[in-house]
Amino acid sequence: MNETTPALEAARLVLARDLRLAFRRPGELLQPLVFFAIVTTLFPLAITPQLSQLRVVAPGVVWVAALLSSLLALEFLFRDDAHDGTLEQYALSGQSLTWLLFAKTASHWLLTGLPLAVMAPLAGLSLGVPAASVPGIVVSIALGSVALSLVGAIGASLTLGVRRSSVLLSILTLPLVIPVLIFGSSATQRAIEGEDFAAPLYLLAAIAVLGITLAPLAAAAAVRISLE
Amino acid sequence: MAWTWFHRLGSPPYIYSLAARLTPWFAWPAALLILGGLYGGLIYASPDYQQGEGYRILYVHAPSAWMSLMVYTTMAISAAVGLIWRIKVAHAVAASCAAMGASFTFAALATGSLWGAPMWGTYWEWDPRLTFELILLFQFLGYMGLRAAIDDVQRADRVSAVLAIVGVVNVPIIHYSVEWWNSLHQTASVMKLSKPTMPFDMLIPLLMMFLGFTLLFVALLLTRLRAEVLSRERSAAWIREVVSA
Amino acid sequence: MSLEEFFAMGGYARYVWPSYALVLAAIVLNIVWARRALQRARTEARRRVAMKDTT
Repeated sequence: MNETTPALEAARLVLARDLRLAFRRPGELLQPLVFFAIVTTLFPLAITPQLSQLRVVAPGVVWVAALLSSLLALEFLFRDDAHDGTLEQYALSGQSLTWLLFAKTASHWLLTGLPLAVMAPLAGLSLGVPAASVPGIVVSIALGSVALSLVGAIGASLTLGVRRSSVLLSILTLPLVIPVLIFGSSATQRAIEGEDFAAPLYLLAAIAVLGITLAPLAAAAAVRISLE
Repeated sequence: MAWTWFHRLGSPPYIYSLAARLTPWFAWPAALLILGGLYGGLIYASPDYQQGEGYRILYVHAPSAWMSLMVYTTMAISAAVGLIWRIKVAHAVAASCAAMGASFTFAALATGSLWGAPMWGTYWEWDPRLTFELILLFQFLGYMGLRAAIDDVQRADRVSAVLAIVGVVNVPIIHYSVEWWNSLHQTASVMKLSKPTMPFDMLIPLLMMFLGFTLLFVALLLTRLRAEVLSRERSAAWIREVVSA
Repeated sequence: MSLEEFFAMGGYARYVWPSYALVLAAIVLNIVWARRALQRARTEARRRVAMKDTT
């Protein structure tokens, strides 16, 4: 890949590389998912084992657990590439850094958000939600996690040079993802109650589209500043 | 003619002396307006027919909330100016805003809570405006945390500028939240473009407080800006003259 | 309105007065911080100038 490669092709190469590298260490891939499972388990232990009561808090629990797991995985988004100089190479390659970071964010979603969306119904079922709500849960978390990955990429790029940045990363990212949480859990809740959940889903989609357009730009700006 | 003035504003020694000269012109009017507003709000304005004397919290709550939004916007705009045109003084302005913004956001939340307790029956409510104002507090704290975590001042400036700009989206959300959602908060009765719906004797002290707080912000900003500029200009010659004076 | 009535604030005293105290404290604190920051910056700058003069 050099400056003559078309942007889309370069992005595809970065995405393929990230996915290949991730699958070489499947253990790391599973960590956020295991974390998600454990966190979900904490709530029945801490609140009540009664399914009838858990059903009420299920949307919130699933969303908060997914959010925290996604945040954990964000750490790995840029860390390795920043350490071994790959990120610098991306910035110097003459390619649009925005596109390359978009590709990295897409890989984060494919490796974290999508699996979480698949696992979420299991968590929901363990908390007493009806089986009919499963498609709704999958869709709402899949869509919401897109925005999570995008906003998280901004946070990760802002904290690139900071030592022990995981807590700061969470503090910076969480306020910005709260709207996603609000609409996402609203969609999930409606799905669980059997109501029409299209409205919050459209809002989630709108946030995702806005994020896709703007977040990689902001992340690229932050990465360039951090690499100076 | 205008460009020369703009360029001079970017020069640290000029800004330092200008800020020193301007501060009293903002500080004293601010003090008068705030004292006047306090008198007006606590004594002169008649009690509300629904909330009695309790509504007087408005005279400190609303200006604090106004400050939180105005300070964040100032921070974001000056951060953007610093980032786009690479003007160091603009970054110093942004840095000076953060602590003030955080404290007034906290004051707005706390006074709002004390007002809500007797009127809404609860100290807190996850109402859109309160929730997003709380998020604003986290944004200020995150900004300060990020700045503190990066040792190199120039990089801290520019990274936190990106954060401030990205987060400015919350400001219109807070302002319009009472119109977009069903909220416990009443809709705007002062910040409307048409005639305000508040009676005169209640409105005047409120406007005095808004203006007084704004002028206070400028005075404090100018003071902090001087401190920032001094600490950033490591070995410039003009500092020698300033500190031996 | 008598002084007692003023302090009672129609029964809302324990909400009104802490609110005013809080905001006034915020104002005073900000003034103190800003002035202290300027003082510290001036002292630092003076020290740097002195160091440069002696090296």
